[in-house]
Amino acid sequence: MDDFYREYILEHYKYPRNRGTLEHPTISHEETNFLCGDTVRLDILVENEVIQDIRFSGQGCAISMASASMLTEEIKGRSVEEAKAFSKEELLDLIGIPLDKNPMRLKCALLSLKTLKAGLYGVGAMQDEEL
Amino acid sequence: MKNAVQTFPIFDVLTLRRDFPILHQQVHGNLLAFLDTAASSQRPMQVIECLRDYYSRCHANVHRGVYKLSEEATLAYERSRGKVAHLIGAASPREVIFTRNATEAINLVAYAWGSANVREGDRILLTMMEHHSNIVPWQMLAQRVGAHLDYVRFDGEGRLVLEDLDHLLTERTKMVAVVHQSNALGTVNPVPEIARRAHEVGALMLVDGAQSVPHMPVNVQELGCDFLAASGHKMCGPTGIGFLWGQRHILDAMPPFLGGGSMIKVVETDTSTYADVPVRFEAGTPAIAEAIALGTAIDYLNGVGLEKIHHYEHELTAYALDRLGQVGGVTIHGPHTVEARGGTLIFTMEGIHPHDIASILDGEGIAVRAGHHCTQLLHRVLGVPATTRASFYLYNIPEEVDRLVAGLEKVKKLLE
Ligand SMILES: Cc1ncc(COP(=O)(O)O)c(C=O)c1O
Repeated sequence: MDDFYREYILEHYKYPRNRGTLEHPTISHEETNFLCGDTVRLDILVENEVIQDIRFSGQGCAISMASASMLTEEIKGRSVEEAKAFSKEELLDLIGIPLDKNPMRLKCALLSLKTLKAGLYGVGAMQDEEL
Repeated sequence: MKNAVQTFPIFDVLTLRRDFPILHQQVHGNLLAFLDTAASSQRPMQVIECLRDYYSRCHANVHRGVYKLSEEATLAYERSRGKVAHLIGAASPREVIFTRNATEAINLVAYAWGSANVREGDRILLTMMEHHSNIVPWQMLAQRVGAHLDYVRFDGEGRLVLEDLDHLLTERTKMVAVVHQSNALGTVNPVPEIARRAHEVGALMLVDGAQSVPHMPVNVQELGCDFLAASGHKMCGPTGIGFLWGQRHILDAMPPFLGGGSMIKVVETDTSTYADVPVRFEAGTPAIAEAIALGTAIDYLNGVGLEKIHHYEHELTAYALDRLGQVGGVTIHGPHTVEARGGTLIFTMEGIHPHDIASILDGEGIAVRAGHHCTQLLHRVLGVPATTRASFYLYNIPEEVDRLVAGLEKVKKLLE
């Protein structure tokens, strides 16, 4: 478990980047993890096919919140195409904790990416396997 | 600072713990502290040995063969039914139906009894603290026949608001289904009183005993109910076995639930006649080994004594309420005294998600559950999406409560 709660994860959890909402988002999408009730909403501002700004809100555990913080930091300024191609593996690399043996916590970690993809593709809930 | 409590002089818990092999393992470098019995208990060697012995020496199908093995298996299976009947004070073993678990037992009643007795416009009364097992089967019945569901509320201390019965119990109420001991709040509900009130309007009373039968003496005559459901895996028995008890004359009048082998008398091309109770409700090959091992689990619990187990958990819960109550930022949801309360407690910590609590405790070898514990309605009333739950059984010790408290202090240090 100390594996999960590493310094940089706690740092993102306590001092999240891009936390909040946008006045006039191009895309706003929310996803819930029904197993534990975690929610992540992403507000995304797209200009010239580039993600100019992105904010996250919602509530959840340290893993899901830190993941949302890291993901928004990473994705801001990228093109929509790049963001759409951002993979589960890349996010897990960013988070850097071994979640392969912990399917419950994996869901927490992937919630923000699920929200991003569903928002960008304009579809409803996506399965983890599709990320 | 209090002196650390070693144990309570009710039975020798340290010797008893040796019967439970699973408790003696290391988790992430610490001795396992298993505080999630409310989800499923652990089982003693005696039960594990019983399963081994059954498959090694005497497995055969029941109620079917005339050869020795089948007769022995049938005898053992029926002996176990007798042990369940004796445990809960049933008038006869014939009133005990083996099911997969409490969930299946409740579904059996909602389907077989419900379809024959609940009509459009009728009402079914539940409480806001029910487990999903005692909600969803009734919703399915209500949707099938056009009946309605009502809910008794609970107050800030996790006690049912019995005044709600005054207006919710009507002559249209056909069934009152209530949890005996809440798997979240720990509250023990006043079943005899509710049963009496239910009967006054001509309704039947089903008691969800999944959390009470394992932890205290439960007697259906004293409860005054019509049905009782429970699960073997929460009472030191195997998974895949549970039971439904029902009043004989009610069961006798009920149509079957599942159709198939065993539950028939004569099969024609278009219709069949059905076997007597309880076999009418046990279609197909049952969980024979599990039923027999459930009997062994009951022997084990009786060996310690359910009164003593209840008393012991009472002491442990009082200790836990006291210790947890002193951890800053912790809110315990549910009764704060041990009166009419079992050893299950849910809590939240200011600003900290239950998943993080459970994960960090796991790192200390402490197994607790985080989530809604299959009680979403209850959590909606509490106004929180999830809680952390610690639950105790006869094998837990005060030292594990101390470790839980130390673990929570660590959670605070990490995340606050
Ligand atoms: C109060 C209560 N009712 C019903 C159930 C359902 O038990 P099972 O899942 O064994 O059917 C449980 C256990 O989760 C419970 O705690």
